[in-house]
Order: sequence, then C-alpha cells, then structure tokens
Amino acid sequence: MIAELGHFALVLALVLAITQSLVPLIGAARGNDAWMAVGRPAALAQFGAVSIAFGALTAAYLVSDFSVANVAANSHSAKPLLYKITGVWGNHEGSLLLWVLILALFGALVAVFGDNLRDTLRARVVAVQGMIGVGFLLFTLATSNPFLRLDPAPIDGRDLNPLLQDPGLAFHPPLLYLGYVGFSIAFSFAIAALIEGRVDAAWARWVRPWTLAAWCGLTMGIALGSWWAYYELGWGGWWFWDPVENASLMPWLLGTALLHSSVVVEKRDALKSWTILLAILTFGLSLLGTFLVRSGVLTSVHAFAVDPARGIFILVLLILAVGGALTLYAMRAPSLKAGGLFAPLSREGALVLNNLLLSTATATVFIGTLYPLLLQAIGGGQVSVGPPFFNATFLPLMIPLVAAMAVGPLMAWKRGDLPGALGRLKMAAVLTLVVVLGAAYAHSGGPVLALVGMAAAAWAVVGAVVELAERIGLFRVPLAASWSRAKGLPRSAWGLTLAHAGVGIAIAGMTASTAWESERIELMRPGDTLQIAGYDVTFHGVQRADGPNYLADQGELEVTVDGRHVATLTPQKRWYPVAQMATTEAAIHTTWLADIYAALGDARDDGAWTVRLHHHPLVPWIWLGSCVMTLGGMISLADRRLRVGAPVRRRLRPAPAAAS
Amino acid sequence: MTRKKRRLTLLTLCLLGLGTATGLALMAFEDNLLFFRSPTDLAEQPVTEDRRFRLGGLVAAGSVERLDDGVSVRFLVTDTVHDVPVVYGGILPDLFREGQGVVAHGRIDDRGVFRADELLARHDESYMPPEVADALDRVGAGPLTAPHPTGNNASTIY
Repeated sequence: MIAELGHFALVLALVLAITQSLVPLIGAARGNDAWMAVGRPAALAQFGAVSIAFGALTAAYLVSDFSVANVAANSHSAKPLLYKITGVWGNHEGSLLLWVLILALFGALVAVFGDNLRDTLRARVVAVQGMIGVGFLLFTLATSNPFLRLDPAPIDGRDLNPLLQDPGLAFHPPLLYLGYVGFSIAFSFAIAALIEGRVDAAWARWVRPWTLAAWCGLTMGIALGSWWAYYELGWGGWWFWDPVENASLMPWLLGTALLHSSVVVEKRDALKSWTILLAILTFGLSLLGTFLVRSGVLTSVHAFAVDPARGIFILVLLILAVGGALTLYAMRAPSLKAGGLFAPLSREGALVLNNLLLSTATATVFIGTLYPLLLQAIGGGQVSVGPPFFNATFLPLMIPLVAAMAVGPLMAWKRGDLPGALGRLKMAAVLTLVVVLGAAYAHSGGPVLALVGMAAAAWAVVGAVVELAERIGLFRVPLAASWSRAKGLPRSAWGLTLAHAGVGIAIAGMTASTAWESERIELMRPGDTLQIAGYDVTFHGVQRADGPNYLADQGELEVTVDGRHVATLTPQKRWYPVAQMATTEAAIHTTWLADIYAALGDARDDGAWTVRLHHHPLVPWIWLGSCVMTLGGMISLADRRLRVGAPVRRRLRPAPAAAS
Repeated sequence: MTRKKRRLTLLTLCLLGLGTATGLALMAFEDNLLFFRSPTDLAEQPVTEDRRFRLGGLVAAGSVERLDDGVSVRFLVTDTVHDVPVVYGGILPDLFREGQGVVAHGRIDDRGVFRADELLARHDESYMPPEVADALDRVGAGPLTAPHPTGNNASTIY
C-alpha cells in the first residue's frame, strides 16, 4: 500500500511538473499574471508529491518491506538502522528519487522566496526548473521505478553493497546531488534570462548564492567521496582520475569559474553572456556526470552494473537540455548588452584569467575522460587514459591559477596596479621561499615538482592572509583599529580568505602525500616488526571481530617510536555473507601532520598475513582544506548581500567599496 | 579599450586557452594512452615495444598461486582460448576471485609474463568490465560471462 502511494505520488508529481513548466511560461509570454502565478503552487505541490514518494520509499526501507523489489535488492533485516535509511539512496532508483526531491525542493524555494524578482523572470525560472523535473520524473517512472513489487516476496533482502555501508559514503550522494542539482538553478536562471533578453546585477545577485550553495555541496561531496576511497578501498589512494571522479570534478571546476564570473556581472555588469554560457555548461556537465555514472559506458574502478537503456534516456535528456540551451544562447546572446569596460590588469582581468584557466582545465579533464569513449564509438579500439595524462595536462594549468589567486584579490576593479599588488605580496614571497627551502631540506632528493606544489600551497595560504591583513590594515594602523575593521568586514571577505586558504591547505596535502609517501607490503607473522618512516610497526596477530551483519578478521598492529607506544592499529578484513562480498577496513592513525595507514591482505595457511603499510605526510590536510573551502563558501553565503531576498534592500545602500 | 577590441582580446584569450588545452592533451596522449588487449589479441599480435597496456579476461580457475616472497601472486588471465601468465606484487582487490573478470595494467616482460602494477577492483560482484565481456564475445565465449545485470541487483555509489 505504501509503495503504491509513493508510486501514485510520483506520477502526480510528473503531472504537476508538466503544469509547472508550461503554464507560467505561457503566462510570461502573454503577460498574463494569473497564469504566471500558477508557478508557485505548482512548484510547491510538486515538491510535496515528491516528498511523499521519497517518504514512502524510506518507510518501505525502515520496515524492511521486501515485497518492494528495490528494498529486497538493497536492504536486509539485519542491517543497522543508519544504513537502512541511507540505503534509500544507495542504489540507482532511490538515488534518482533523491535527485528529483532536491530538484523539486530548489524549484519550490525559488517560487516561495522569489518575491523580489521580476514576475516574468520568476515565472520563467520556475518553468525551466519544472522542465528539468519533467525529464527526470519521466526517467524515474519509465526506466527506474523504485516502487515495483516482487511476487512472491523474498524472506529477506540481498543487502546493500557492503562498500556503501559506511558513514562517509552515506552522506556522499546527498551532498554531491546538492551540488549537481544546485547548478540547475543557475541553469534555469540563465535560460530565463535568455528568454527575457536581460541580464543585470540583480540577476547575478540571485544566481550567486545558489551557485555558492551548490559549490559548497559539491566540494564536500567530492571530499567525502575521496576520503571514503582513501580509507575504505584499502590501497591508500585518494584520487584516481577515474571517469566517475572526473564526472564530479568537471562541474566543480566550471562551477568555480561561474562563481567568480558572476561576481563580475554583479559588481561590474560585464561578462554577462560568458556567465550565461558558463551556467549552461556547468549544469550540462552535471548532467553529463549523471550520464557517465548511470550508463556504464566507461570502465572505471567505480563501475557498477548498470542498464544501457537508462544511459540512452539520459543521453537524450542531456542533448535536449544542453542542445536546446545552447541554441537559445546562440540566438539570444548577441542581444545582451555588454556593460562596464575594464583594463586587462584589473580585478576583472584577474577573474577572466581565473575563468580561462579553469575552463581550460575543465577541457583537459573532459578530453581525457571522453576521448576513450569517442575512439571506441568510431571503432578505433579500446583505450583508457590514466593518471599520467591528467598529471601532464591538468597540473600545469593549476600553477598559474594558484599564482594568480593571491594577486587577483589585491587588484582594484577597472584598473589595477600589478606592481603595487606584487609589492604587497613581498611577505608572501619570502614565506613561500622559506617553506620551499624547508621542504627541500626535509626531503632532499625528493621530486622537484613536489617543491613547486609546496610553493603553490604556501603562496595561496599566505597570499590569502596578506589580502585580509591589507584590508584591515594590520600593522599599519593600531591593532585595536585593525580589530574593529576586521569585525566590520563583510562576511564575503572572510569567505574569500578562507576559501583561498583552503585551496592552499588542500594543495599542500595533495602534494606531500603523493610525493613523500612511503609504502611497504610484506608478509608478516605474529611478532614481526616493520620499519616505516621512523615508526616501528609490530604485528600481534589476527582475531575474530564479528559485527551485526558481517564476519571479520581483525589484525592488531602496534606502532612505536623508539620503544614508546604511539598507537594500536586494528585493520579488518570483513566478509558480508548475505551480499557474498569481502571488504577491507583500513586502520589509520593520524597525527594531523601524517597518517600511518594499515590494511590487511590475505592470510596464508601458516598464520602469516600480507600487510600493507603506508605513511602519508600531510594527507589529512586534503580534507581539512576542503572543509576550510566549504566553510569559506558558507560564510560568504551568510553575507547579508547574498541572502535570498536581500537584493532589493541592498539597492537602498551604496555598495561598499569591494577592494579597500 | 573599445568594446570591439575587448571582445577581440577575450576571443584571442579563449582560443589561446583552448589551444593550450588541446596541445597539452595531444602531447600527453602520445605517451599515456593505455590500449586494451585480450589474451587472443596478444597471441595473434605479440607486443614488441616496452609499453604499458591493459590486459583483461577471466582469472583462470585453479591458476592463482602465491610466489616465494609471500606477497606476489601469479595467475593466468584467459579468454577461454588463450592464456597469459600474470604476476602482481600487491594486495589483491577484495573482489578478485578465480573465474571472475579482471583488468590488469602493466607491461609484458621478455619471457612473456605480464607484470601487473595495478589490478582494477570491482565494487560489485555482478559487474563485468565491458572490455572483458567484449573480448569473451569475440572468441565466442559469450555465455560464460558473469550473470548479466538485470538492473535491480546493481548497487551504485552515486
């Protein structure tokens, strides 16, 4: 009964989405207020219907209703409660339902809080959002219905893929979707603006917070995914340039570009048509990511069994959305009036450079990810593109990007003073040099590129701090005055500093953990000791440690330095009998400056185990940096100017000078 | 700067960016493309150059043995017609099993042994790498492939 209710609600949502996408659009074209006003209740009702559907599926999971095929395939009565809930989106059908839910939520939010938008713009945004909803609801109902019944119902379910029974991964999909789907709002605003033929600062002030929120979600989603890969897959890597990872990285890169270019639209009324294009392409890449993951066209370490019919559906959806949007863009973009002029050496110029580098980087990732697919499609053989390709193409583009990242915020709008900005960065240059010399001393003989990476990291962090210090006049005015200036700074200024510093912190972690890691894979008998990076690791054997729905062998490894106890590591090898799958649970001891990482391999008959040990310097900084970036984004998001509903009020006050 | 001039500058910069991307990509492709070969491909056309490639097929039943160093593993990758011996020196992925599909990255040494430096781990037991399924089809071993996913037994991360 509950499943049928969910199914019915989903069909109802489709009908409502169709209404939402047509009526307000026609109303806006004809200037009919009553028709335009339909958008709001339709969006709300659609959100309500999808919520009911999602609630119904969740209920089926909670009570373990195995007559629902989806629950039977992905749940088990002995599964812990947390994973019963997260199991809802731990499978294809349920995760699509989550996608549609977030989409409908965002549509409803625009409809409710969009009071200060022009009526026609709001009606069109809501309508476009409704169209995306129609596409995905159709997709769900036609190819991936989560409410199908099984007859006869099995006694128990087949359990969730054990790799997904993990707290890190439980929240990875919702955050990632928040990002993917969040960009749909930017897309809807872009399409609506093209239909209207008008882009202004108020438009940008609406697009920015949504982009920022989506960006925060995507950043955390990617970080969680890579953290999970690091501790759960058991081989100590955190990024594999895998197509599925690239699929989430591409919208992130282009979304970052969009975030920066919409600043120019808001502040300077320039780069309008470029920003519109970025908004379209960013969401296009989100759709492409969905296609790549759902269709299984690419071989990937993430690849799961998938159904090709679904791939074709999403491909058609992708072509319709991006093709239609780009056609509209080609027709309408020339009519968008360009605004403020600026010199190449200015804040705008720096942001243009940021955009160019980020889009170029996106292009290289795009080529590397899709070229094998293209080659195969034209019968050119099966090839794959591995990390060396991306290291050779992507990384060189990041160096100028990071170099410019510290300089850009110090430049004035319209016409900047490059020598002046560089002069103010003297301190940063000196500190960067110190860090590089320190790293070279500590790791003499290591790869030279690692020093470049550490330089970039130090430059980004110190540059961000210098920029903040400049703003509050640190050491130039009395400390108390600086303090009061710091308190008076807009939150977006703090956000900028944190986000840029976060990038630097993450780069330090990525560089150090890749360049200076040590790895040992050895056969160990109880009592054996291995040395790694100055630590002694003693193996004390393996014991049984079974959990609620798995059997486990747990190894005990004692980590000591000069005989002093540091930590006890307990890596596990788990066996999930229902899913018939083994997983490796790595054990990690972190000092925040480095991780010692242990994973169990296989046992031999004589009681010896293969043990894999890693020492990763600075690796936690990757995720620390991501958190700092996200925190920066969220603080910016809390800025009064960007708060939803703020645009009108802001016009009453003169804009504070951005670059003081 | 006039509007026209600025647009021209922007366009030039965009082209420059795109050019850089293409250039970097082409240069990197030169060295870093990994071709896929099945055991039958190798038998028909032995690899002569010292280049990394991807080898895929099924792990032959009963062929997995541990070498004397206690860590390395040796096994046969088969497409049911030809076999290739593979040596891998790391911890095996959790889903590595005899009779299952596998994709290995590495080089072939002068004695015809494939030295793998990476074995692709699957996250889903019912998943068959498309290349492997394809290679098996080509030698007519299609029905031997792992149970075909019906869609519902598949779990996904995203």
